[in-house]
Amino acid sequence: MHELSIALSMMDRIREESVRHSGTVRSAHVRIGVLSGVDSEALRFAWEMARAGSELEEAELEIESVPLRVRCPVCGVTRTAEIQSIACPHCVTPEQDIVEGREMELTALEIDS
Amino acid sequence: MTAQPRLVEVRSRILKENDVLARQLRERFQQAGVCVVSFVSSPGSGKTTFLEKLMAGLSARHRIAALVGDLATENDASRLGRACSQVRQITTGTICHLDAKMIAAAIEGWRLEELDFLFIENVGNLVCPSSYDLGEQMRVVLLSATEGEDKPLKYPTIFNTADVALITKMDLAAAAEFNLDEARRSILSVRPGMRILQVSAKTGEGIQETEAWVESLRAPQPKQHSDGYI
Ligand SMILES: Nc1nc2c(ncn2[C@@H]2O[C@H](COP(=O)(O)OP(=O)(O)O)[C@@H](O)[C@H]2O)c(=O)[nH]1
Ligand SMILES: [Mg+2]
Ligand SMILES: [Zn+2]
Repeated sequence: MHELSIALSMMDRIREESVRHSGTVRSAHVRIGVLSGVDSEALRFAWEMARAGSELEEAELEIESVPLRVRCPVCGVTRTAEIQSIACPHCVTPEQDIVEGREMELTALEIDS
Repeated sequence: MTAQPRLVEVRSRILKENDVLARQLRERFQQAGVCVVSFVSSPGSGKTTFLEKLMAGLSARHRIAALVGDLATENDASRLGRACSQVRQITTGTICHLDAKMIAAAIEGWRLEELDFLFIENVGNLVCPSSYDLGEQMRVVLLSATEGEDKPLKYPTIFNTADVALITKMDLAAAAEFNLDEARRSILSVRPGMRILQVSAKTGEGIQETEAWVESLRAPQPKQHSDGYI
């Protein structure tokens, strides 16, 4: 399980971003793509371990899951796709450009001032 | 003292440090003219055995180095050490994947411009390595004929972030009642258009073909891996 490593990197990012704002971080919002290699449940669990006893102890984790979106390079259609069937259903082109789904990013912090 | 919390928008990639370092590594490798290929699979799919065979063939014509990630032992490094001049073990302890920082530390002191190929064997794991860019030019995922044909469907991310799939232990395919067509279908459904090679380290099947493919990577061509990561 690498979600603990991810949770620790997340703490680094939160610290980096929160130095410019005084106050306690109440929550951290992240976007996790289905193709990021991160499991949301495992990340929640890892977050509990990572924040315990730290100055971010009170920061709740808000996870937004990002589905896979692909764009067909031939017919130009952008659509949501299942990971197990990526090929274009319209023109059967196999290779698709990934538009969304690899995200692993911190998007917002809720801070008490 | 009960002020309303405010929402501050930020936009920061969680693995920013790794991504930045991996990009620097990729540039260094390109400038030095060394072709870097990484290998990922479940434990026991045949990464070390395949690399031994691959390097034995290539080492007559090329200068090769290898890095091997493993949780605990140094056995794989001593096996690979017989087939190439420079090899370093990266012992990760409890960490189930390699990251760019480990690669940067492990190649310290190496003269990259004296190398043609650097092969990286990742820790045996089909989940964790997928999130970490190592600065490699190509990522190869291995699936052995003794594993389930539906593994790619169960671990789509690692197959999707890899560039080439290698089906190993083909000599055991019949005994394991391995369905090659089904395995190819599941690989292609999660990574359409993926190149698939079939090999056996035991009989030598597909080894020459893989050598030729690896050598073709050194021919000048547009960067291939940049789409794989944000
Ligand atoms: N029959 C057969 N056995 C293989 C082949 N490749 C590897 N093995 C065996 O599979 C086991 C695991 O191989 P190893 O290379 O250590 O796997 P790794 O954990 O992915 O590095 C060893 O016992 C190897 O001898 C092959 O092509 N054919
Ligand atoms: Mg090995
Ligand atoms: Zn299409």
